[in-house]
Amino acid sequence: MDLFIAIFTGTIIAATPLIFAALGELVVEKSGVLNLGIEGMMLIGAATAVWSVFSGLPVLPAIVLSALAGAVSALLFGVLVLTFMTNQYAAGLALAIFGSGVSAFIGRDFGSDPTTALDEWHIPVLGDLPVIGPLFFQYDPLVYFSFIMFGLISWFLYRTKGGLIVRTVGESPQSAHAIGYPVIAIRYLTVAFGGAMAGIGGAYLSIAYTPLWVEEMTAGRGWIALALVVFATWRPLRVILGAWLFGGMTILQLQGQALGVGVPSEVLSSLPYVATIVVLVIISRNRQMMTLHFPASLGKPFRPAG
Amino acid sequence: MRFQIERRSQPSAVMRFAAPVVATVLTLAAGSLLFAFLGHDPIDTLYAFFISPLSTMNGLSEWILKASPLILIGCGLAIGFRANVWNIGAEGQLVVGAIAATGVGLFVSLPTGLLLPVMVLAGMVAGMAWAAIAAFLRARMNTNEILVTLMLTYIASFLLSYLVHGPWRDPDGFNYPQTALLPVEAMFAPFDYAYRVNTSVFLTVVAVLAMWLFTERSFLGYKMSVGGAAPQAARYAGFKQSSSIWMGLLISGAVAGIAGMAEAAGPLGQLSAQISPGYGFAAIIVAFIGRLHAFGIVLGGLLLSLLYIGGEGVQMDLGLPAALTRIFQGLLLFFLLAADFLIFYRIRVIRRTH
Repeated sequence: MDLFIAIFTGTIIAATPLIFAALGELVVEKSGVLNLGIEGMMLIGAATAVWSVFSGLPVLPAIVLSALAGAVSALLFGVLVLTFMTNQYAAGLALAIFGSGVSAFIGRDFGSDPTTALDEWHIPVLGDLPVIGPLFFQYDPLVYFSFIMFGLISWFLYRTKGGLIVRTVGESPQSAHAIGYPVIAIRYLTVAFGGAMAGIGGAYLSIAYTPLWVEEMTAGRGWIALALVVFATWRPLRVILGAWLFGGMTILQLQGQALGVGVPSEVLSSLPYVATIVVLVIISRNRQMMTLHFPASLGKPFRPAG
Repeated sequence: MRFQIERRSQPSAVMRFAAPVVATVLTLAAGSLLFAFLGHDPIDTLYAFFISPLSTMNGLSEWILKASPLILIGCGLAIGFRANVWNIGAEGQLVVGAIAATGVGLFVSLPTGLLLPVMVLAGMVAGMAWAAIAAFLRARMNTNEILVTLMLTYIASFLLSYLVHGPWRDPDGFNYPQTALLPVEAMFAPFDYAYRVNTSVFLTVVAVLAMWLFTERSFLGYKMSVGGAAPQAARYAGFKQSSSIWMGLLISGAVAGIAGMAEAAGPLGQLSAQISPGYGFAAIIVAFIGRLHAFGIVLGGLLLSLLYIGGEGVQMDLGLPAALTRIFQGLLLFFLLAADFLIFYRIRVIRRTH
């Protein structure tokens, strides 16, 4: 039972940074913009969080700063692809490389010093229940926040006029522009939002998941988040399911290493990356499913005439 | 007074070549600000970063040594990029190329003159095979090659880590994660034993010429470029997209594998946990800075190589952070993409008349 609880909670926690980053990217892509730079934004968020904590800030402002840092770096990308209409692939890659450098720069003095970790909330009464308590009611606040964000984003995209506008901008910026919506301004907002979410995802890594700073500590999670959005075929609930799948892979391979199954640790460590390829193949083969929820203008630059 | 953006009736040929220069100047300007922010004199630091490495023979040797893999990989990537095939995982193909070549060099006994060519072949085939996974999945399964090549890069680095920590670790290596040294006949000879630059540079020269011929003089290269620039026209002309995908990935994988081989059989002389300082990723920038053109890529490679050695230099001499190199790499690409805007658009200043 204890092992089950450990795997279950471990999965939820390992999935949290992916949920933040992938939900953010989902909103960005729904508006028709493809930002490949999630890895860079997560790294900047992670380094900013550690820097803030070491500068004496409490955890909450540190997370807010990380979100801001993520949003600002995303806006660099935004200026390129929205104002200068550059190739979105190239600009996203530039952001990934830039973020790796900037984060290493911010974190250069914090070589593996442990940070004060985000405390878990032990929710009164519910958290005391046997089994149920440890399974659902003893996480740190960001885990709950990730589910709140899931609810808000699902509600916004599919139940509000704002969400309809964002989706219209992603489907047909020409039509949205013709009706009178400011396509570029809306895309700036979604890009900044995606950056903030990636920043929080990065902060989660460096102050909750493994509370310290290590260069390149995201270890490809930004790219996996990108794959999750494809895997989810641009639907929020499936992002959560996908993130749990990868969280589960991560925890199972860690448990496998701890138990010493007779496989080299590197084989186990590479499993989440192999799994990413496998699920991408399974989803992508089904062209119909891919195109059903695919934002039609994804990756294409738009410039209002006139 | 206000600014108005106008689309040019024709893309500007001047701006196409001026953009990399503009981007370089802007990167230097941003770099100066960063140096000043860190409390260093900008002019002195720029000198230490970009000029003094080239004022010694050893510096020149290192410049060419590091430019060589960047140019080699950049040529391969550019062929893919021209066809809209996005191989982002050259780093992984470089790693498997180095692994395969070192395996041959350490564990296969061949006649002396044959060993090095077989190692080149092994590195090339390994790099191609790694990229072929992505090509197959993209061409047959419609799977995004960016994500697959990147995931394969992580997997390649775990494979390397496994080998140098496990079965291939040098038993006399004091437990360092590295293989035994390659025998001399399995290494490229340096031009001068005082410096590290070696004969593998010739492979890069051949690659540049081959790329120029392929892109400018061959029908296949032309077909691939059309497929990238105007997919519908290419389809109408009967050019197959899948052959572009295969060619783009196999060629870039092959040269990345060779570049990895040349690292192991050149400056490193063995396989270790750290085999490349991100050449596979930096080569993406090289390809863009070089305008996806063979000779431009040579200049791009020299520039990015200078960023590497300049970064190392100011790290050692002035204690500046090593991360500067990657920041400059990212800034350079940012500025280049922004400057490219001027190829297609012009900014006109409009004065209000009263």
